[in-house]
Parts: sequence; structure tokens; C-alpha cells
Amino acid sequence: MQEATLSFKARAKEALADPTLKIAIDRTTGTAERKRAVAMTQFPQFEAARERGKRIKDHVIANLDHYLLEFERNAIASGAKVHWARTAEEASQIVVRLCKEAGAKRVTRVKSMLGEEIGLPHALDEAGIERVETDLAEHIVQLGGDRPSHIVWPSMHRTREQVSEMFKRLHRAPHQEETIEAMVDSARRELRDKFLSADVAISGANFLLADTGATCTVTNEGNAELTTTPPRVHIVTAGIEKLVPSMGHAIAMLRLLVRSATGADVTQYTTFHCGPKQTGDRDGPEEFHIVLVDNGRTRMLREGMKDMLRCIRCGACMNHCVVFRQLGGHVYGGTYPGPMGAVLTPVFDGLESSRDLPHACTMNGKCQEVCPVAIPLPTLLRGWRDRSWREGLEPATVRFGLGIHTFVASRPRLYRLGTAIAIRVMRLFSRGGLVKGMPGLGAWTAYREFPAPAKRTFMEMYKDQEKGQ
Amino acid sequence: MTTTLKQIGAFSSPPRVGLFVTCLVDAMRPSVGFATLKLLRDAGCRVEVPDAQTCCGQPAFNSGDTADAAVLARHFIETFEGYDYVVAPSGSCVGMTRAHYAEALADDPAWAERARRLGERTYELMSFLVDVMHFAPADVKLDTSFTYHDSCSGLRELGVHDQPRALLDKVSGLTLKPLEGNDVCCGFGGTFCVKYPAISNAVVGEKADAIERSGASLLLGGDLGCLMNMAGKLKRKGSNVRSFHAAEVLAGMAGGPAIGEER
Repeated sequence: MQEATLSFKARAKEALADPTLKIAIDRTTGTAERKRAVAMTQFPQFEAARERGKRIKDHVIANLDHYLLEFERNAIASGAKVHWARTAEEASQIVVRLCKEAGAKRVTRVKSMLGEEIGLPHALDEAGIERVETDLAEHIVQLGGDRPSHIVWPSMHRTREQVSEMFKRLHRAPHQEETIEAMVDSARRELRDKFLSADVAISGANFLLADTGATCTVTNEGNAELTTTPPRVHIVTAGIEKLVPSMGHAIAMLRLLVRSATGADVTQYTTFHCGPKQTGDRDGPEEFHIVLVDNGRTRMLREGMKDMLRCIRCGACMNHCVVFRQLGGHVYGGTYPGPMGAVLTPVFDGLESSRDLPHACTMNGKCQEVCPVAIPLPTLLRGWRDRSWREGLEPATVRFGLGIHTFVASRPRLYRLGTAIAIRVMRLFSRGGLVKGMPGLGAWTAYREFPAPAKRTFMEMYKDQEKGQ
Repeated sequence: MTTTLKQIGAFSSPPRVGLFVTCLVDAMRPSVGFATLKLLRDAGCRVEVPDAQTCCGQPAFNSGDTADAAVLARHFIETFEGYDYVVAPSGSCVGMTRAHYAEALADDPAWAERARRLGERTYELMSFLVDVMHFAPADVKLDTSFTYHDSCSGLRELGVHDQPRALLDKVSGLTLKPLEGNDVCCGFGGTFCVKYPAISNAVVGEKADAIERSGASLLLGGDLGCLMNMAGKLKRKGSNVRSFHAAEVLAGMAGGPAIGEER
């Protein structure tokens, strides 16, 4: 894939040079930001709800062993089969094996970022199993042969005009009218019979309810319900941090999740699955599997990143991130983009290959401000920078520069002298109040002017004043 | 606790304030330092400028170089802990001392505790003038319009938002034109702007557009780093908007060249 070969900076350069991408990003993130802001004005108890949400998740994470076993016990009692996966590869191989055991030729999938994280689309394709993405945006991603660029709006990177063109080229009976409704109808015609003829349905889960062994999924299109009902086998994949103690806790988290993600009070559909079809049930799968995935989560718990395990994947951090809003999601190179992705990708892919992500942040703190579970994202990103420094991944020039800076700045007289010389050198390059063409300032002056320093430093002038008094 | 010291008459003598000029103001724009000095004196403080002051260590801290940040944090604490208050014309440097020194010194509980105690007495200029000194500028006139950018560290780490507006409201003739996205980062981010200049440029480009759309003649803010970034972009665009640190306006010292103008 292209993302793997180009550096972060090269990918960023490409994204910045794409005006259509910027239009697409602004439409989606701008709308999300406005709708969330309106929702917040109607949700004055947000701070209290956020504190409660944080406490629920912290409690579960502190007692993960207890709740995982409780969930497993109750899920098995409901008739589900529970599978445990340590790594992404183990998880996707379990799903592929279950599909093969079910003799599946065609599987339908409900959008799930965990599925992306464990590389499920690729693993199914490799296994020769026909994969049908049923979420409209995921359908667009699949048609385009690319990857999700946002965790809530996976096809954010395409404008509706581009999608219209793609549908006309690739759908069997594409839309005639240029309306959203006509385009949705086109996708519906394309997908409907596949929904009904799939052998296995694969979904994710927004929450796992420990006291019943149920899973909870939210969608706005109803595709999760249509996907998971007709096939004989339903497989749920979920990260182990998705646990909540009970239904009441899930509802408390849903209030935070939906408002933070889309600004709505509730999603169109909130579905709970609990075990396979029971005697007397008119529909539902005969087999119900739950694959619980660690993939670095217990390591995060051990390595000081437990705050990140609160994340409920709402996307508010990226919608409010000045960097994400310039670049979109693909530039981040991992499954998850934006601030939460910059924290998570080094966990999954290693710090060496994703070193840029924690650095490409202005530390402005907006992501933490909007996070519905108060994750200190800037602190976690700085934690990666600290680790990168300690592991020697930072460039020698930066190490040398900061070493010199600290040496000088811890010696006031040397520092005074250094500053006085520095501004005089800068003034040699100054014309009309601006520094022009000075070596070492190119990264700044390529894009904006650098204001010239004063003739003398504050400390020089202040000392003269003091002497004169 | 500190906000009520003056009200309850705890200042039998004027508070002794250590002014942390900040490295950027010292080198790039001393007028902000002199404006700060004047405002603090007008507010009734006894101000000293300790000669040993250098840099707060934020560049090292945000680069992941926690050990070097700790060296400079200790230096800062030793330099300033003898004062009643420490004040700086920057939310970013004060945010570093108040919010992050204890983190940088976490391996050394005694120093971390000293950092916490000093942090409680360290203030960004605008919030110190309003929240601690209950100061309002008198007899300052400036017939023009301004828009205000809320720098992120001051806004989110220190809660600086209303204070500069309350102070600027007392300048006669000066009218505020709201800035769309006033709380959105300008793309400076310290070393971010030179590590990722193209991304930084895209962010500050949108900020400069919003500043121009505000229709204001002046851009004011409380952090010189952000102001240099925005003023630099406005200049490159050929904009007529002039940029000053809010302290310069409040001290009646905005008569000279703006940031990036010939002097």
C-alpha cells in the first residue's frame, strides 16, 4: 500500500496539495463539530456525565480480569462461543477459521474499527472469501479499494461528487438523479441481495455487557441488524476494553458516545445481541461467536497507557484537531487516525515506524477538552516523545541542539551573551523589520515572515535602565 | 487561595513579584517586557527581574527530552522561589511551570513538591492583573478595533479567557471584533512549526484568513510565539492587520512598530 512506502511528511505533503480532499475533510469535520456544539448546549450535565463515564471505564479497566471472566461465563450461558486472541493475527485467523468451518463463500461485515485493526478485510480476501461491506461508507471504501480515513465516517476522504462518479462506474444499476437519496438507493440495490444470501455475518461491538454476556452495536443505517439476522453464523470481534458492567453502564456510555460522535441524542439503531437463536425465536443466527482481542491492550495497561483504554471511538478528538483537519486520516498510516490514532498506532505498529505521529501535534489540548472520557491525549503523546528520546529514535541534530541549549540556558551569563550575539546575527539578515534568507530559518520563512528582533535584548536594556536610576 | 490575599488585606506591603520575561520577549520583542513591567508596577507590585533567569525548558520537555527539561526546571525554581509571585507575559511558559514542572521532576519528589508550591504562585500576566491584583488600566486610549486570539496553553491549562478581554475593555476607543475560531490553535506549537512547517503553514493560513475576515485593524494575543507565527503569515499575505502583544496595548505602548514592522 502506498502509505507504507512513503514517509509521514511525504504523505502529508500529498494531502496538503489535494484541494478536493480538504473540501471533503472540512465538510465532514465541520458538520461534526457544529452538531456536537449544538448537542452540548442541550446537555448541560455533560461534565458530570463525562466524569461518570470516565469512572465507569477506569473501574472496568482496573478490574478487567474480573469482568472478562464474568462476561465469558454469561456469554457461554447464553449459548455464545467465546474465543480469545492475543494478537491481531490470531484474531483474524480465528475469524477466517470460523468462516471456513461454516463453509462460507460470502460474508457480510458491519463497520468495525477493531476489524480494521486486526486486518480482517485483508485476511478474508486472502482466504478467498467474498467480503461484502454493508455500511454505506465502508461500501464506498471497498469500491474505491482504499482504507477508512475516519473512525466514524470511513469514506470522509471522498466528496459526494466523487462517490457519485464511482457509483455510476461500478454499480450495476446506478442512480440517474444527482441526489443523496438516489445514491443511497443505488447502494441499496447493489447490496440488498447480498445481505440476504451471506453465510456469515461479522460485526464489532461498541460495548460488551459483563452481567449478561450481551454485545451492543450502534449504527445509523440499520445495516448491522440486517447483516446479523439472516446468516446462519454471526461473529462478533471486540477489544477487551469494550467491557462495561451492565446495561445501565452501557446506556451512560452511549449518552456520551453518540453526542460526541454525531451530535445526535441517540443513534437510529442501538442493538443488543445475546447468544444465538433460541427455541421459539423467529430469526437470528444458529451460531454466535465472540472473539475477544487483546492486541496490545494489556501491554498498554502495564506500560502507563491505561487512560487510553477508556477510548470509546467517538472521533471527537480528530474532528477538533487542527492537524487532522489539514491532512485527513490516511496520512497517519495506521488503523486509527487523529490524536487517538497518534497514541494507538505506536502501540500496534511500533514507535520506530510511527515516530512522527506523536510529534505532529501542536499540544493545543483541544482533543482532551472534547474527549467524552477525558483522556489526556497530549500527555500520552508527550509520553511517546519521551520514550522516543530515551530509545534514541530522535534525530542527532535535535539531541545535539537541545543539549547545547540546556548547557547554555543553565548558565545565565553564557545565556545572556548567547542571546545578545544571536539577535545581532539575525539583524544582519534583517530588512524592513523582517529576517530574510537567514540559514537555519528556512522551515519558518518558506511559508511566513520572521519578525526581526530588537537591536538589544530586554535584559541589556533593563540593566542599563537600572544603572541609570 | 491567592486570589483573595489582596482583598483580605494580606498585602501589608506591595507583593514582591519576580518577572519572568521569557526567552522570546527577551530576544525578539523587549517592548512586551517593558509593558509588563509597567503594568505590574501600575497594579501596585514591587517588581524585580532576576538576572539568573533563562528558559523555562518547554522546548526540551515537548521534544521528549525530560532530563534536560528537569535541569532547566530546577534552575527556574531556584531563580524564582524567593518571590511572592512569579509573572510572565506568556500562557505557554506559565503553563509549563504550573502544569508540567511536577511531571518533569516526577523522579525527584522533593523537587516536584517545590515545583508544585512555586506553580501555585506563578501567573500568566493577564490573569495575575485581574484575578490577583484586581487591576484595571486607567487613562489608556487607542482609537481602533482589535480581534483576540486565545493561545492554547493559557486558555486550556490556565483558564485565561475573560481576563484579557476585561482589561482591553477598559482601553477607551478600542473595540473588539470577534474572531471566528478564536480558541483554535494557530499552528505554532513551539518546535512543531519548524518540525512540520507545511502542516503548520496550512493551519496558520486558515487562522490568518479568519483574522482578516474579522475586519479588525489589530490582532492581539498574550503569547509572543503564537503572535509571531500569525503576524508572520499575515505579513506574507500582504495583510494590513497589525499585531501586538496585549500587554503593549494595555500599557499604552502600542504607538511604535507592530510585530514584523521596521524599527
